[in-house]
Amino acid sequence: MTSAATPMAPVPYRVTGRRDETTDTVTLTLEPVERPIPTPLPGQFTMMYAFGVGEVPISVSRIGPHPRDGSTPGPVLEQTVRAVGAVTGAICGTRPGQVVGLRGPFGVGWEVDAARGRDLVLAAGGIGLAPLRPVLLRALSEPDAFGRVALLIGARTPADLLFTSELDEWRARGAQIEVTVDRPSPGWDGRVGLITALVPVADVDPGRAVAFLCGPEVMMRVTAEALTGRGIRDADVRLSLERNMRCGLGWCGHCQLGPLLVCRDGPVVPYTRAAPLMTVREL
Amino acid sequence: MTTMELAGLGPLHDALRDAGYTVIGPTVRDDAIVLTELESIDRLPHGWGVRLAPGGYRLRRRDDEAAFAHAAGPQSWKPFLHRSRVKLWEADRTGDGFEVREEPHPPARLALLGVRPCDLRAIAVQDRVLTGGRHVDPSYAARRSDAFIIAVNCTEPGGTCFCVSMGTGPQAGPGYDLALTELVGDEGVRYVVDAGTQAGSDMMDAIGAGPAASGDVERARAEVAAAAGRMGRTMPPVDLHDLMAGTLDAARWDEVTERCLSCGNCTMVCPTCFCTTVTDTTDLTGDHAERWQVWDSCFDPGFSHLHGGDVRASPRSRYRQWLTHKLGTWHDQFGSSGCVGCGRCIVWCPVGIDLTEEAAALHAEAASTDR
Repeated sequence: MTSAATPMAPVPYRVTGRRDETTDTVTLTLEPVERPIPTPLPGQFTMMYAFGVGEVPISVSRIGPHPRDGSTPGPVLEQTVRAVGAVTGAICGTRPGQVVGLRGPFGVGWEVDAARGRDLVLAAGGIGLAPLRPVLLRALSEPDAFGRVALLIGARTPADLLFTSELDEWRARGAQIEVTVDRPSPGWDGRVGLITALVPVADVDPGRAVAFLCGPEVMMRVTAEALTGRGIRDADVRLSLERNMRCGLGWCGHCQLGPLLVCRDGPVVPYTRAAPLMTVREL
Repeated sequence: MTTMELAGLGPLHDALRDAGYTVIGPTVRDDAIVLTELESIDRLPHGWGVRLAPGGYRLRRRDDEAAFAHAAGPQSWKPFLHRSRVKLWEADRTGDGFEVREEPHPPARLALLGVRPCDLRAIAVQDRVLTGGRHVDPSYAARRSDAFIIAVNCTEPGGTCFCVSMGTGPQAGPGYDLALTELVGDEGVRYVVDAGTQAGSDMMDAIGAGPAASGDVERARAEVAAAAGRMGRTMPPVDLHDLMAGTLDAARWDEVTERCLSCGNCTMVCPTCFCTTVTDTTDLTGDHAERWQVWDSCFDPGFSHLHGGDVRASPRSRYRQWLTHKLGTWHDQFGSSGCVGCGRCIVWCPVGIDLTEEAAALHAEAASTDR
């Protein structure tokens, strides 16, 4: 008996690649040791397990491709993890060849298919870019299916920017990418300031645009206000929430945000649903 | 289904044990009426009642031999169905990875004897949470699916009871195999029995129960109906979901936080509180790991911990979370109230916080603000 039968047991995945994104953030490439988990949708998350240490919810930052040689039974996954505690520290410390556990995928993802034929605004604060990356890659891989794509990125400092090696390629494939940082470092010649300042320069038609946001709640709140202020309809804005999660299955109660169980009803929720909840302190 | 009558519960207890059931029911232990395995029907708390008050629970001697005239005790049936500690799996390191073995959850044959209507509803509420969604909790399901439930219609509500407000009693709702109504007379106690399922009906046939005397049935119904008028507490007669949603910024939350110790007793005694956490451990070699699911409480500051800190860092926000979930957002999440009116959280709160009083105060504050 080597593989788990229920969503409660971690499924072993081998780390086949590891890239330092920043001083505390790592992207791991993961391939199933034997059987895969069901293929995640963009915006969904897994519960990632470091053997003997514990488990944390981490969104999937790349889905696929299937290895051409068919060497693994499921798509290669990438997950981007920031070391902020014991478990994430252990996961970030894994090396190629080592094995982690995955449960899932869980939750509601971005409604990518509902965005087909529309312009796309992706607004990312910090590590919030990770769950948006599969949407961007999907849109770039099907340029005819989507309108214009604008990716707005905010980070604390230039050193906190993720996927910097890919930004030029994404631009070359047609995405508009705008970057701002809170605090510049020597040599930074880009924008400085809040991500809301990027909203006016997003080259999209607000009347036909869909916006997906992920980042700190205050960032999502002000960005959503700026986007709707530009004419994007409230109902066309979605955002990805973060809460403590222990099960991913809707049983543990930890991920409540008012009426929502974020693991079940989220993490991606309509802005119209989240807006009144995000204005209540300590909800 | 016909209504039957039993002169005593000995034959039913014997038949349940012969059918392989572990019979769980009330008994007196440590100056309280607790639920435990009953090897003998003589352990029922005949002649014991309780006095219930905010922050107070006292046994009292009754002047009759009633076995079920004692309102809700410190435990609900939760510890028997949604266990406080469940091993989920263990794993061992292999060459360069690990192998996970899930813990089996063998079916338990539990007979729950003496389930009060409030607690019967609480079981239905937990059923929806733990087995009614996309994912089914296998440990709970294994213990719940074969359970034989003998409810007891309530003829003796306590001073902290408000099942009538919550629509859960004093008459047992659906979900029982058998429902007893205890009749106390000079000649001792006897039971009018309603069968709610074929299994319950078969059980009564097996022990040769006869039909109930019509006078006894009328008396049983009348005593349960009369109990509805003796509730010690009531909820304000408003939509509690909307009340909770509309008072998140009320000043009353500050007031109750002056008293709340954030101890979590209310969540432990609550028959519907279901929250759990997991603990991951290894042995000393580091090659063997286990995951256990254990009860958790939303009153623990770390319950809502994210890397930036605890979302609900203040005791105020944690009490508000508990009450608004119980009475309000539970409807959004699971389609029913999370409160069944058993009153345990009032009794076992060390400072006697009374959620019916808090709801009334929130209602009064909302009403005065509206004017």
